[in-house]
Amino acid sequence: MNDAVVWPVVLPFAFAVASLSAWRRPGLRALWAAAGHLAHLLASIGLLTAVLAEGVQVLRVGGWPSPYAISLVADPVAALLTLLAALVGAACVADVLLQPRERAPHPAFHALMLMLLGGVSGAFLTGDLFNLFVWFEVLLMASFVLLALEGRPPQLEGAVKYVVLNLMSSAFFLTALGVLYGKFGTLDLAHLATVVEGGNDRAVALASALFLVAFGVKAGLFPLFFWLPAAYHTPTPTVSALFAGLLTKVGVYALLRVFTLVFPPGTGFAHALLLGLGTVTMVVGVLGAASSTSLRRVLSFHVISQIGYMVLAVALQTPLALAAAIFYLLHHILVKTNLFLVGGLIAEASGGERLSGLGGLLQRWPLLALVFAVPALSLAGLPPLSGFFAKLAVLRAAFDASAWVPAAMVLLVGLFTLYSMVKLWQAAFWQPAPPSAPTPARPAGRRLLPAVGLASLTVAVGVGAGPLFEVCLAAGADLMARTPYLEAVLGVVP
Amino acid sequence: MSVLFCVVVGVVYAAAFSLLLQRDLLRVLLGVALLGHGANLVVFAAAGVGHGPAPLVAAGALAPPAGAVDPLPQALVLTAIVIGFGVLGFALALAWRVRGALGTDDLDALQATCRDAAGEGT
Repeated sequence: MNDAVVWPVVLPFAFAVASLSAWRRPGLRALWAAAGHLAHLLASIGLLTAVLAEGVQVLRVGGWPSPYAISLVADPVAALLTLLAALVGAACVADVLLQPRERAPHPAFHALMLMLLGGVSGAFLTGDLFNLFVWFEVLLMASFVLLALEGRPPQLEGAVKYVVLNLMSSAFFLTALGVLYGKFGTLDLAHLATVVEGGNDRAVALASALFLVAFGVKAGLFPLFFWLPAAYHTPTPTVSALFAGLLTKVGVYALLRVFTLVFPPGTGFAHALLLGLGTVTMVVGVLGAASSTSLRRVLSFHVISQIGYMVLAVALQTPLALAAAIFYLLHHILVKTNLFLVGGLIAEASGGERLSGLGGLLQRWPLLALVFAVPALSLAGLPPLSGFFAKLAVLRAAFDASAWVPAAMVLLVGLFTLYSMVKLWQAAFWQPAPPSAPTPARPAGRRLLPAVGLASLTVAVGVGAGPLFEVCLAAGADLMARTPYLEAVLGVVP
Repeated sequence: MSVLFCVVVGVVYAAAFSLLLQRDLLRVLLGVALLGHGANLVVFAAAGVGHGPAPLVAAGALAPPAGAVDPLPQALVLTAIVIGFGVLGFALALAWRVRGALGTDDLDALQATCRDAAGEGT
C-alpha cells in the first residue's frame, strides 16, 4: 500500500479544476496551470524514486484485497513514462506561457492540458483493463476538445477523423473486454495474467486480436494510422507537440503491457502479427514523410515510422527487445515533442509551414538551427544522441532474434529518416528565404527555452545512456519474467 | 436467451459497420454510437444471461445467495454507457460545428474543402 502512486493521477485533475475556477482571470489561470504541471512533475519524480528504491508500488483503491480492488500499479516502466509525460507536459505549457500576451490560449486550454496529462498518467499507472478503457476515454475526450478548440476548418476536418476512428477503437477495446470477462471473469491485469492460458484458446485469440486493433489505432499502427497525419498538423503547435509526444505512446504502452503481461508469447497469434505490422509501419511512415511537403505533416509521418520501431521491439519479446522498446519510448517522447515545438517556432518565424516557403532561418535565428539539429539528428539515430542507442538496441534485439528482414528495415528506415531530417533542415535553414514572402518578426528569444530544455534532456539521455539503459534492461527483464509485477499486486504467485 | 443476444449483437455490429461506411457524417456518427451499443451488449452478454437471485447479501449472511447473477458486467456497461453518451454528445456538437463552418456534412466534400484551406494556410 503506497500513496505515491495516486498523486501523479490526482494532482493534474485538482489543478485542472482550480484553473477552470479562474475562467475570467488569465493571469491566475496561468499560475494554476504552472503550479499543476510542477506538482505533476514532482509527484512523478517522487513515484519514480519510490519505485526504483522499493520496487513495484501498488495502491488498492478502497483497501480491498487484490484482485477485487481496482489497483494502481507503478512498475519502473509505468513510473518512467509518467515522469516523461510530466516533463513534456511542463515543456508544452511553458511554451504556451512564454507566448506573447495577445496570443493567450482559450480559457479552457490549461484545464484540458492538465486533464489530458491526468488521463495519460492514469492509463500508465492503472492495473485494471476496464480502468484502462476509462482512462483512454478521459484522455481522448480532453484531446478531442483540445484538437477542435480553435474551430478553424482544417482543425474540424482533422477532429472528425480523429474522433470517429478513436471511438471505433474504443468500441473494439470494449468488445475485447467483454470477451475476456466472459471467459475469465476478471479484468485485473495481474489476475488475468495468472488465469490466461496458452494454446489454441479461441476466446484468447479473439480478445488479443481485438486488443491489437484497438491499441493499434491509438498507437498509429499500419494500416490503422490514417487519422494521425490527417489530424496532427492542424491544431496549435503546442497541442500537436503534446499529442505527437504522448498520445500514440500511450497506445504503444498498452500494447507493451497487455502483450507481455496478459498475453505472453504463445497465447494467440498477435505477436507474429505485431512483428510484421511494426516493420511495415516503419517503412510506410518514412515513405509518407519523404513524400510530404509541409513541415508538421513530415513530422507526423515520422511519428508513425518511429511507432513501427517500438512495436517491432515489443513484438520480439526478449528482455533486450523490451528494454529497447522502453528506451525507445522515453527517447521518442522527448524528441518528438521537441521537434513539433521547434517546428511551431520555424512556422512562426517564416509565416507558413510549406517547405518551399521556408528558408533563410540560419542567418536570422542560428540558435533555433542548433536546437532543431539536436532532436532531428537524434530522431535519425546519429551518435551520441539518444536515438542512436534506441535504434542500436532495437537492431541488436532483432539480430539476436534472427529477424533479418525487420533488422534490414531498421537500417534502411534510419537512412530515410536522416534524409527526411536533412530535407527539413535544408528547407528551413539552408535555402535562401523566398523573395516574395513577407517575413514576420522573429519570435522572442525566450520562446526557445522549452525546446532548449528538451534538447538538453535528449543530450543527457544520450550521454547517460549507459545507466538509463541498465534501468530499462532491468525493467525489460521484469516485464518478461512477470513475477515482480504479479508478486506486488497479488502477493503470492501460484 | 444467449443465442438471441448473439444474433442481436451480430445485427447491431453489421448495421454499425454499414453506417460507418457511408459518406454522410451524421450516419457515420450514428454508426459509431451503434458500435458502442453493440460492444455494451457484448459485455452484458459475456457474463451469461439468465435467471438468478439478486446478488444481495441477506442480513446475517456473509455471501450472496448461491447462483446469484454477476453484477459486475452491469456496472461496467453502465460506465461505458455514460462515457459513450458524453462522447457522442461531443461528436454531434462537432458535426454541428463542421456543418456550420463548412456548409456540408458529406465527408468527401469536407475533405476537399479542407485541403484547399490547408493548401493556403500551411
